[in-house]
Amino acid sequence: MSHILVANEVTKQFGSHTALKNVSLEIPKNSIYGLLGPNGAGKTTLIRIINQITFPDKGSVYFDGELLKPEHISQIGYLPEERGLYKSMKVGEQALYLAQLKGLSKAEAKKRLKYWFERLEIGDWWNKKIQELSKGMAQKIQFVVTVLHEPKLLIFDEPFSGFDPINANIIKEQILSLKENGTSIIFSTHRMESVEELCEYIALIHKSEKILDGKLSDIKKAYKNNIFKIGLETDNQQSLLNEMEGKFQILSQEYDRIENQLNLSVQLPSNESREILSFLSSRGNVNGFIETIPSANDIFIKTIQNKNIDNE
Amino acid sequence: MSKLLLIIKREYIAKVRNKSFVVMTFLSPFLMVGMILLIAYLTQLNDNEKKVIGVLNESGYFANEFVTSDATSYINFKDISLAEAKDSTVSLGFYGLIYLPNESNLEQVAQRAFFYSKDAPSATVLDKLENSITSRLRQERLRELGLSPKEYAEMDRSYNINIETFDGLQNIKGINEIKAIIGGAFGYLIMMFIIIYGGFVMRSVIEEKTSRIIEVIISSVKPFHLMMGKIIGTSLAGITQFAIWIVSGAILLFIGLAIFDIDPASLTKGGGMASGMASGANVDVDALTQNIQLYAQEIFEIPIIAMLVFFIIYFVLGYLIYSSIYAAIGAAVDNETDTQQFIFPVILPLMLAIYVGFFSVFSNPNGPIAVAFSLFPLTSPIVMLMRLPWGIGEGGVPLWQLITSILILIGTFIGIVWVAAKIYRVGILMYGKKPSYKELYKWLKYS
Repeated sequence: MSHILVANEVTKQFGSHTALKNVSLEIPKNSIYGLLGPNGAGKTTLIRIINQITFPDKGSVYFDGELLKPEHISQIGYLPEERGLYKSMKVGEQALYLAQLKGLSKAEAKKRLKYWFERLEIGDWWNKKIQELSKGMAQKIQFVVTVLHEPKLLIFDEPFSGFDPINANIIKEQILSLKENGTSIIFSTHRMESVEELCEYIALIHKSEKILDGKLSDIKKAYKNNIFKIGLETDNQQSLLNEMEGKFQILSQEYDRIENQLNLSVQLPSNESREILSFLSSRGNVNGFIETIPSANDIFIKTIQNKNIDNE
Repeated sequence: MSKLLLIIKREYIAKVRNKSFVVMTFLSPFLMVGMILLIAYLTQLNDNEKKVIGVLNESGYFANEFVTSDATSYINFKDISLAEAKDSTVSLGFYGLIYLPNESNLEQVAQRAFFYSKDAPSATVLDKLENSITSRLRQERLRELGLSPKEYAEMDRSYNINIETFDGLQNIKGINEIKAIIGGAFGYLIMMFIIIYGGFVMRSVIEEKTSRIIEVIISSVKPFHLMMGKIIGTSLAGITQFAIWIVSGAILLFIGLAIFDIDPASLTKGGGMASGMASGANVDVDALTQNIQLYAQEIFEIPIIAMLVFFIIYFVLGYLIYSSIYAAIGAAVDNETDTQQFIFPVILPLMLAIYVGFFSVFSNPNGPIAVAFSLFPLTSPIVMLMRLPWGIGEGGVPLWQLITSILILIGTFIGIVWVAAKIYRVGILMYGKKPSYKELYKWLKYS
């Protein structure tokens, strides 16, 4: 079985509001899977179904090949978007308690906590109360508590909110190293920058429906529109432009006088770039030639816009 | 199951370690005992304050009536006018002045006797004065009818009617009140416990919501387990607190009484004094001891063991019902200020139960109102316990009522916990505006 989680036609209603409509997902093992979508799209509902906090009205969810059941809870780690800790409880006690709720023995939990606290250099916080810690510090504890029971599947809902860039980076590295060690990770967010760096696969959820999913690199390829950026050193820009206009579709042009360089953005009919390259190299020194690949953000916005247009 | 135990343990420890809880636990007995001692001390002080009353007796009667006693000293004025006597009373700072004018017969003297005082005199003083004069008048009137003082003393012996139940058991006056007070104490204890610890449960739920830990926890345990663990843990903390209060309170009370040398009987003397006075000097000592034995016997006949067993049953069921409602309220709102609207309907049946208990069960423990309220599940834990001191079966609560009441209570418990758990489950993940009753109803239908 190569999927850690499979959702089949999952539908969930709250009264008259449909939170999820026939959503199907296949989350491969040992990968980071981005669950994307605007606020209120239904990501959290889907995650809560996976965590068995709520249950689907229709459809089914399989965890590691088995129909989702209560015993799976100890194999899933969940860092919710709305997260916090008991304010007046000591860090150590609290972490022990939460670890035991996940089914770890007290001794085992203690051992692993020591290891993680050391790893994140927070060992001296053991006897502090959460209310004495900063928000970022509390988030670190929260992260440790989430991963402590070494689950097969980790679900992070907006994991970087509340972290400064340095700590966000530490957490990012931890997530990547967990993945290296074989954990499958669902990463839910509406911030696209982090998706590019982390996710191999993505699914885009919008207005309760999945509108796009697959391998990020494949999606990017599919969304490529054969636009190339060109930087060409030339003395005779005007005649060159006139010549090019007959052959290629120029989207934008700009002449850099200092560098003596013509910057172009060209739309090609296909991914075939040999023709234009040979043309350009015969006319001058090519300083730059790059295909523009859409960012996850572009895809996100474009897909949702298309969807909205379709609906109208 | 082990997760439930973990939750109970955490809730218990969190509650017991809470600073205000610790302070309350150890301060309350001191406050309570201090208050009791203060009241006892003040009562004693009040009794000990000797009133000095001036007597200007121009009549030939009442030579032996106004003699200095424990509570009052009488100072006789002689050969001075009423105006002078009044001045002296004021200047000497006496409590008041009794004036008995010089008249031809006792009736006339009584007719025109006065009591002068600075402020309105206390009822005790007046009662005593009037009793003295009335008694003297009766004696005089009867003497005129030809009765000797000895015969008069014989005549004035007090009387108590004999009371029996139809089964021939001897009954005594006032035992119903004592039973009601014992039952009432149990009922009141339940009410206080529900209100205090139900509130704790509610606040603990709100705390989990506002600190946003709730979703972390319910991704590990079922919301129902969390709710039950919370309720049980909090109530164990409550029982600990009550146990500490009772034990330390009792110890402190004994120490306090010993230190301040207060007679424990003085705490309960109030009622006895009045009746003792009314029956006058001729209290039959034998009859009194016999009465005390009867009271003791009756109190021992209250089914203590049965009461304790049923107290625990009603207490547990009643507390579980109410605290699940409190937990549901806590889950439905975001902060404590929003709870008012929901709490009032919860406290209402509790208050009703206490009032019905004190007014209806007191006067008629097996009357229709008492029966109805001891079957209705939201009031039965309190009202039934108030009825139980009259026994179970004949003369007391019929067995069928007791069983029906408990069955209804268990049924309600299951229903309420089910409803509360549903509201709780949806509510803990809802943030934002305060829900209406209509929305709460909708939540019940979410799966």
